[in-house]
Amino acid sequence: MGMMVTVVVLMSIFDDFFSRAIIGGIGVAMVAGPLGCFVIWRRLAYFGDTLSHSALLGVALALLFEMNITISVFAVSVAVSLMLLSLQKKAMLSSDALLGLLAHSVLAVGLVVLAFMTWVRVDLMGFLFGDILSITIFDLALIYGGGAVVVALLIKIWRPLFAATVSHELAMAEGIKTDVVNLIFLVLMAGVIAVAMKIVGVLLITALLIIPAATARRFSNCPEHMAIMAVAVGAASVWLGLRGSLEFDTPAGPSIVVAALLCFVISLIPISMRHRKQ
Amino acid sequence: MVIERGEIVTLIGPNGSGKSTTAKLALGVLDADEGAVSRKLQLNASYVPQKLKLHRNLPLSVTRFLLLTKRAEKRQVADALRATQTEHLADVQMSNLSGGEFQRVLLSRAILSSPEFLVLDEPVQGVDFNGELALYKLIEDIRNRLDCGILLISHDLHVVMSATDRVICLNGHVCCSGTPDAVASSDEFKSLFGERAASSLALYKHRHDHEHLPDGSIRARDEDLAAVSSNSVDPFANGNDGDSGGSDVDFR
Ligand SMILES: Nc1ncnc2c1ncn2[C@@H]1O[C@H](COP(=O)(O)OP(=O)(O)OP(=O)(O)O)[C@@H](O)[C@H]1O
Ligand SMILES: [Mg+2]
Repeated sequence: MGMMVTVVVLMSIFDDFFSRAIIGGIGVAMVAGPLGCFVIWRRLAYFGDTLSHSALLGVALALLFEMNITISVFAVSVAVSLMLLSLQKKAMLSSDALLGLLAHSVLAVGLVVLAFMTWVRVDLMGFLFGDILSITIFDLALIYGGGAVVVALLIKIWRPLFAATVSHELAMAEGIKTDVVNLIFLVLMAGVIAVAMKIVGVLLITALLIIPAATARRFSNCPEHMAIMAVAVGAASVWLGLRGSLEFDTPAGPSIVVAALLCFVISLIPISMRHRKQ
Repeated sequence: MVIERGEIVTLIGPNGSGKSTTAKLALGVLDADEGAVSRKLQLNASYVPQKLKLHRNLPLSVTRFLLLTKRAEKRQVADALRATQTEHLADVQMSNLSGGEFQRVLLSRAILSSPEFLVLDEPVQGVDFNGELALYKLIEDIRNRLDCGILLISHDLHVVMSATDRVICLNGHVCCSGTPDAVASSDEFKSLFGERAASSLALYKHRHDHEHLPDGSIRARDEDLAAVSSNSVDPFANGNDGDSGGSDVDFR
């Protein structure tokens, strides 16, 4: 009888952190979906990688100056994206070479800086691959508060941002302030990286941005439709991944990405059959 | 150079002579290293770029593409598509269009929202022969209907010469400019495009071998053409140092 009570109490605690994880994950999927679409349309996968890997530097700075990690990561991401922007304008290297070079260098720098700080003990795995199961109520508030701001801004600049994505020159020629919308977009990217780091970790953020959007591409023929589909696929991946991680005792972040990958693979099948019929 | 409302100004010149660059300067896509560009405030401009590469990863139907930078009603979209004979493509994805269809859709998009200033960079490239004539006719119609200024870039000298108010011939600098007749008979034009182009144009113009004078009388046009041209054309108006950057461009 006593054992039964203990089990029930354990179950409810367990339920609680698990549902927190699901709610947080779905919150991140809601912002990652539409932004991921832009990452695909603008071919910014490498850019996203560089930005998210630089988040580790943000973590190191936060620990050094005892700041809030999310805010520090956001600030570092904004700084790095602005730096990338000016580098791309000046550099002689093609932007994919530049980003390929930086994507892993910034990660290495972050790791080295963290290693120098011998006085702090950090859960490196948590930062690299996410720590969704330790999500707190405060984290949830941050995800949904920040997420709401990101989505609101994105809706506001949606049309001009999409026009600038289709053709920078066309949009600029017809009176769209492409510089302004591109800048806002970069800040939004930084925001998503800051909130998504907790969920999947710096190494897997780009996957959470890209895979649901790529899956959605197969089923959509207008941009807005694709963004909404990407949210749905992302949310389904979070749910599936977390369930799976519980079932098979696998790490949560990677499980979510594997679930997203499964969705993508499944999405490939009907299309290829449809092609054959035509 | 100045482009007013209701006027078609055409840029001609060999490849790499700076036609597209001039068009982008006019639109504010590029900034001039030298010289100045002034545009009417809040100018409603439309642009058909010389090349536009849309990646397959963009889910974009023709209708959505038409509404890319401007808002319009369904009926206006249908009208714009009908004007270029592409109304049947309204729901097709942009990545599935043929080259000529794509070009027509680009033109439909540009005329959609009654622009005041229209920049067309080789708008009929890849369009079939009948379509080409129809689209040039459309461009003239648009000018008459909307009273907009049009900056046209084209290699079709015949069409340029028959449907344009002013021709500007570029080759790194403004080589010559003026009315089509004056430009076609100028020495700069002949040296740039060769004697053959000039004489084939003369052949084409055979039917227009007279001129209507302001008082309604008709004057035969023959050898005095050269005299007319040297009066109305100011070759090397902006210097012949191979750099048109120093010239001022004005769009109203
Ligand atoms: N006056 C100029 N000053 C500086 N650069 C120029 C000038 N004219 C042309 N260029 C340069 O020449 C190159 C080609 O120009 P552009 O694309 O405008 O040629 P184009 O006339 O449109 O040729 P095409 O007929 O092949 O389309 C550009 O890189 C441009 O920067
Ligand atoms: Mg050109």
